[in-house]
Amino acid sequence: MRAIARFLYGRRGFYLALLLLPPLLWLGIVYLGSLFALLMQSFYAIDEFTARIVPKLTLATYRQLVSHPANVDIILRTLGMAVAVTLVAAVVAFPIANYMARHASPRMKAFFYVGVMLPMWTSYLVKVYAWRLMLAKQGILSWFVDQLGLAPVLNAALATPVIGGPSLASSYLGMFIVFVYMWLPFMILPLTAALERVPQSLLQASADLGARPGQTFRNVVLPLALPGFAAGSVFTFSLTLGDYIIPSVVGAPGYFIGMMVYQQQGTVGNLPLAAAFSVVPIILIAIYLSLAKRLGAFHAL
Amino acid sequence: MTPAIELAGVSRLFGAVRALDDVSLAVAPGEFFALLGPSGSGKTTCLRLIAGFDRPTHGNVMLDGEDVTDIPPFERSVNTVFQDYALFPHMNVAENVAYGPKVRGMPGPERRRLALEVLELVRLAALAERSPAQLSGGQKQRVALARALINRPKVLLLDEPLGALDLRLREEMQIELKAIQQQVGITFVYVTHDQGEALSMADRVAVFREGRMEQLDAPRDLYQRPRTPFVARFVGSANVVEGELARRITGVARTFAIRAEAIEVLPAGAPAPDGALSCEGVLEEFHYHGATSRCHVRTDAGPVIAAVRPEGSPAAVTARGSRVRLVWSREDLVPLADT
Repeated sequence: MRAIARFLYGRRGFYLALLLLPPLLWLGIVYLGSLFALLMQSFYAIDEFTARIVPKLTLATYRQLVSHPANVDIILRTLGMAVAVTLVAAVVAFPIANYMARHASPRMKAFFYVGVMLPMWTSYLVKVYAWRLMLAKQGILSWFVDQLGLAPVLNAALATPVIGGPSLASSYLGMFIVFVYMWLPFMILPLTAALERVPQSLLQASADLGARPGQTFRNVVLPLALPGFAAGSVFTFSLTLGDYIIPSVVGAPGYFIGMMVYQQQGTVGNLPLAAAFSVVPIILIAIYLSLAKRLGAFHAL
Repeated sequence: MTPAIELAGVSRLFGAVRALDDVSLAVAPGEFFALLGPSGSGKTTCLRLIAGFDRPTHGNVMLDGEDVTDIPPFERSVNTVFQDYALFPHMNVAENVAYGPKVRGMPGPERRRLALEVLELVRLAALAERSPAQLSGGQKQRVALARALINRPKVLLLDEPLGALDLRLREEMQIELKAIQQQVGITFVYVTHDQGEALSMADRVAVFREGRMEQLDAPRDLYQRPRTPFVARFVGSANVVEGELARRITGVARTFAIRAEAIEVLPAGAPAPDGALSCEGVLEEFHYHGATSRCHVRTDAGPVIAAVRPEGSPAAVTARGSRVRLVWSREDLVPLADT
């Protein structure tokens, strides 16, 4: 034992390599390897007659992806949902994160952490199906809205084209509510962490120099919380882009990217098209991150 | 003349803890005023009440004759230099300094010009485009000062501004701060726990202890005429003599202070001049510091008295364990209020 310790001491590189080898193998072969295999698939195409994959590099599958209006619709629909969910999750999460980071007593903070994390201990499927019941026409949500006398508001929302539908459970609005609910913790936690890192004295300095609370928020809090927003939005954005269960359980019948991947590789058996579809979120997130970087979201890191 | 700052019967309670207990003081316009005390004495609470970050439980805060007790910090003509500088990390030096004018609606080019002017005052104009993370402690300190001065406040509050700097830089900045204060003529309220800093810089010093103001005086009066044992020890590092030892020396058991450098250390039995006070004991510690030496003498009555002797003083006794006689002039004795 002592001999090993002596040998390793002072051979830092070797020691680190020894520690890193198993996780690197996992990351390299199991994770990146399979991702690479998937990407390779997207550059193959399927033979239309035999339905067999032709292992020859081609862009035909991508051509198919962007030339079909239905496919483009699916991409835009998913992208629109991801953007809307991200924006609203950010707006809803901020007051909670702000309270947790700067105002809550240690007890209250622990309570809020548990409150935010607790739903994640429940099975994701259970929550989605529970939401379908809550959002149903005779469900608890419409009953509650009725009790508040706000039924006309709900009906007006459901009568709105595109987002509306016969009931919340079968409309994009309902799907949107479930998405926001599901991914909210992923926005709250990084945002809280970012706000906790903003020293109280910076806010005092801002007020001291004459900034009203709104100005302090705009000039100091928001820019310094931006890395938190960026981290949180990567979660909400990518989770929405890739999800295939929520759109198939709740909401209108329109397809989403995740459902398309699921269907193409399973039912249809068009693995190249499924792979091409799964490349779309990767590209969208890459674009999103480069935009965020250009906007200076990571400056304060 | 209307005081720049006036606290009238101000208390701040945190539950049962009296962070500040019935403090009244007035600061004259243009004065360099120091709040001195150990940590937890209430000096920083006092500063926060003047800045408006906190509100008193009782009493009133007046700025320039106007009651500002309920006015938020962003509407007070007071600016603060924070202990941790509190520079905005996402702005460069010039933007940090221009922040005050910016939130007050001054247009971009104009506030930039003004910021560079104020940076000139603290000799940092060359670093205007740097980010705060690229500055040294002393430079950050100056940026914080420039940022607070640009609004031309009536009062500048400084919360242990030199606490994080090393000794040499601290001494340089003391001189510079004092010079800047005289140049701009703004009232400075300076919080510190370093009595040397307070004595060398301030026009007047308020000494705080456990939420109460113990004494408010000019530095020399504070040093030479402390009124309480706490002030004598904290400000002057003086010996506080009480009880039996006081009775043996002066004939009455009244507490008094005697500064260490006023005491002469002679061999035991040496004749004392007429009218001088003296006592005898054993030299327990002797520390040589160069310009001075410090002696700790265990008096025959029990308590230890410290004496500081300049280098080259005659008949110096240096051997630990020798019997010595401590002698000082009657005028150097300062009677204290018992607390």
